[in-house]
Amino acid sequence: MSNAQTAYSEDVQDMLKVIADLTGPPAGAYNIRVDGKSVGRQSSSNIEIKSKENGQGIEIYVRPGTKGEFVHIPVVVDQSGFSDIVYNDFYIGEGADVDIVAGCGIHNDGTHLSQHDGIHTFHVEKNAKVRYTEKHYGEGNGSGERVLNPVTVVHLEENSYLEMETVQIEGVDSTKRVTNGDLKDGARLVIKEKLMTSGKQRATTEFNVELNGVGCSANVMSRSVAKGESFQAFYSKIDGNNVCAGHSECDAIIMDNACVKAVPEITANHVDASLIHEAAIGKIAGEQITKLMTLGLSQSEAEKEIVKGFLK
Amino acid sequence: MLELKNISFSVTDDAKHKSKEILKNVSLTVDEDSFVVITGPNGGGKSTLAKIIMGIEKPTSGRILFQGQDITELDIHERANLGIGFTFQQPVRFKGLTVKDLLRLATKKDMRTDELCVYLSEVGLCAADYINREINASLSGGELKRIEIAMLRARGVELSVFDEPEAGIDLWSFQNLIRVFERIRDEKHGSVIIISHQERILEIADKIVVISGGEIAKTGKKEEILPQLLSESPACCEFYKAKTPREA
Ligand SMILES: Nc1ncnc2c1ncn2[C@@H]1O[C@H](COP(=O)(O)OP(=O)(O)OP(=O)(O)O)[C@@H](O)[C@H]1O
Ligand SMILES: [Mg+2]
Repeated sequence: MSNAQTAYSEDVQDMLKVIADLTGPPAGAYNIRVDGKSVGRQSSSNIEIKSKENGQGIEIYVRPGTKGEFVHIPVVVDQSGFSDIVYNDFYIGEGADVDIVAGCGIHNDGTHLSQHDGIHTFHVEKNAKVRYTEKHYGEGNGSGERVLNPVTVVHLEENSYLEMETVQIEGVDSTKRVTNGDLKDGARLVIKEKLMTSGKQRATTEFNVELNGVGCSANVMSRSVAKGESFQAFYSKIDGNNVCAGHSECDAIIMDNACVKAVPEITANHVDASLIHEAAIGKIAGEQITKLMTLGLSQSEAEKEIVKGFLK
Repeated sequence: MLELKNISFSVTDDAKHKSKEILKNVSLTVDEDSFVVITGPNGGGKSTLAKIIMGIEKPTSGRILFQGQDITELDIHERANLGIGFTFQQPVRFKGLTVKDLLRLATKKDMRTDELCVYLSEVGLCAADYINREINASLSGGELKRIEIAMLRARGVELSVFDEPEAGIDLWSFQNLIRVFERIRDEKHGSVIIISHQERILEIADKIVVISGGEIAKTGKKEEILPQLLSESPACCEFYKAKTPREA
């Protein structure tokens, strides 16, 4: 075991397992941030991670042509009442093909609000490919709120590709997620969001996509489950400014006394812009529950399996 | 092993403010390890009767006995756990749940690919191609029907109720499906009720029940009922033969 790992508290280790599937320092490039400080960092020969000059985050440089490497940048907030804001900039060189695993976990056993606002900016050069996954998770026994407000900005150069998968399943009291993208010729952006809220949690998602280049495309998909008294809002704005294709889809299961709102806005500024928005909000289909009950599951077990499958 | 005693089922028609009787005083016995085929005209009440056996609909009056136990008041999953299984005439689709997930829920255990293969290949599907497919709109109607059948087979229950299992299955697969049902009959492990309009399926029955207008119109041994059914020509054909609109 390395020193870096033994230095983490148990809570922090648990969090790293949940949000980044890490049981120790990962192979390849990484930066682990706990309570606002970098507690472990490694660059690889192709990927350089360095602190910003103003100290408010990191810059990640991926060399052109880098293939099959991972970058892990998990963040944990373990101290009740801690409010963290960080700016991370990614520079993905031409033709690179990498996986970036981010994630933020808040463990709050105290009474104060703990918050993490991560602003991630991606500069994806020509023909580069990025798979970006981000998991959000909150836990702890305190009454202090757990707040996460991630902002992701994606600049896609010609024929580049970014696929973003964001998951927030449990324990975050309030979240406002903003994702902005602009795309040049032939660029593609795919966003998959999975969200579950319960209790009095609130989650707002906002997507703003500018389809500027010839033949560029964006596909934004959100699947969510709202339970208890929780509230979810889904805003998706896609502007088609060229020959392009845009698709956004919001599919929500509503339970108990929850509230879900979906507001699509699609604007075609070009005759060959093809834009589609689909939104469906509803309770679990009765016949789905019936089917699982014919296999021997009770009604509540059936609902649980349907939700689990839906968010998988 | 299954006894339906004077089952009636009515629904209230909201538009007309009156109740509509869908099943009228239906009594039926299914013997241990027997193979019963229910047939009859569309809208006759066959699917409704199957749903009443599974507990999806509750009868307005009458009792249901399963292996001597009165199950009339039991919920769907309780009946399922006693050993009753049902395939839907129109299988349900799920977003996210895969073939493997449903088979795991059906059998209550994690099955290896080779185990899943046994059940899926029986209905003509290659496990490798299907286990990770979602049971969603991307599956064809015929594929969905086959998965539905495989799921019930995998459960290995005492009483299996199939609602028009052959509907939407292509001709080649139909031959194989008949073989599956012949095997089920010969295995003599549990009783089977199949709702079907197919002569080939009627042929493998021990007992045939004809339901029409919510009532049992005929019931008896296959040898007795099948020749009668084949000699009758449906009324609509007479009409059709008499005159086409163009000639009129
Ligand atoms: N909930 C309901 N409300 C109103 N009418 C119903 C309801 N359920 C069934 N029915 C009616 O009861 C009749 C019997 O339906 P059922 O589905 O049992 O027929 P079936 O014999 O299975 O027909 P098919 O061969 O077409 O499958 C039909 O006329 C149907 O429209
Ligand atoms: Mg029917």
